Amino acid sequence: MWALPISLFLIFLPMSLVTIGGGYGIIGEMQRQVVDVHHWMTTQQYLEAFALSRATPGPGSLMVTFIGWQVAGLMGALFATLGIYAPASLITFGVANIWRRYRGARWQKALEVGLRPVAAGLVLATVYILLLTINGGWLARAIALVATALLVTTRINPLVLLISGAAIFTLGRFFLPV
Amino acid sequence: MAQAVTSTSGEGSLVTPTLLQLFLLFMRIGLTSFGGGLSGWLLREIVHSKRWLSEDEFYDALTVCQALPGINSVNMAIWIGFRIAGVVGSLVNLAGLLIPPAVLIILLGTVLSSLTRFPVTGIALTGAAAVGIGLALSMGIGLARRLRRRTIPLIVFAGTFFAIGVLHWPLLWVAGAAALINVTAEYIRLSRS
Repeated sequence: MWALPISLFLIFLPMSLVTIGGGYGIIGEMQRQVVDVHHWMTTQQYLEAFALSRATPGPGSLMVTFIGWQVAGLMGALFATLGIYAPASLITFGVANIWRRYRGARWQKALEVGLRPVAAGLVLATVYILLLTINGGWLARAIALVATALLVTTRINPLVLLISGAAIFTLGRFFLPV
Repeated sequence: MAQAVTSTSGEGSLVTPTLLQLFLLFMRIGLTSFGGGLSGWLLREIVHSKRWLSEDEFYDALTVCQALPGINSVNMAIWIGFRIAGVVGSLVNLAGLLIPPAVLIILLGTVLSSLTRFPVTGIALTGAAAVGIGLALSMGIGLARRLRRRTIPLIVFAGTFFAIGVLHWPLLWVAGAAALINVTAEYIRLSRS
């Protein structure tokens, strides 16, 4: 009963270290391992798991948890989740520790200030790509931009915004020629 | 659940949350965020409405967490937890962010796998995802506003955006090269001053 959970753990372990940003980069590699190499799921099952992870709240990477569950039940879910989160989490924790110990060091200031333009460029590039590819036409883009304006200029609660966005888009889809 | 005022910075006094408050907030964010943009929620809640961290400290954390391997929101949960309450804070935040949605995805996946096949669910989720993009964009604007108005950082910023967003060059190489150039430039500048 341990063989399957452990091999799930070992497969997701290295992927933990190459996830950067939102984790979209590993979707293809994950499909190769789970579908083509190990035949744990069919392509259709994999795509459904992907759609499910987009449709449920929380980090999209929780898709791994669901794959683990489908392949080997509760232990599979636990080991797959540990594999995908543990290594990167330990590194972040270690760096947070070092950061506090050397508070104010020159290299630390250089990293914080120096990485900022890279972070800003990455975030805005991701947003740009998402805005181009979101499958909701001009209405979805308009909602994203209005939400941005409200977030920058007011103290509106994101949950209110989220519900309004979903409601307006749904109504728009039925009553507007999109 | 008394809240203690810990420091008085330029952005007003900060507040120290209890572990339960940390857990509840990360659980709420984990359970209500669709289509990415989790870090945008964190900025909104932790800096703007609850004042647990200063805006500068938040953006510093975000910058470093982006550079580290792992999912941004998970790294941020660990980092923020550690800054506020040490190891226990990190663990509490991780548990709040991951466990409830993990249980939910298994429940929905097994019991209600047909839910995603109703067209209206997909439509509402697209609307929610659009707001998620708005959250990420407002955070990107916040980061960009804080850049030093000097030639090298602005070129690195524009170059990173263009290489990834328009040219679709590989992220690791672009980010690595941009980071190397600008961190070195900052280090030299700091050494001189």
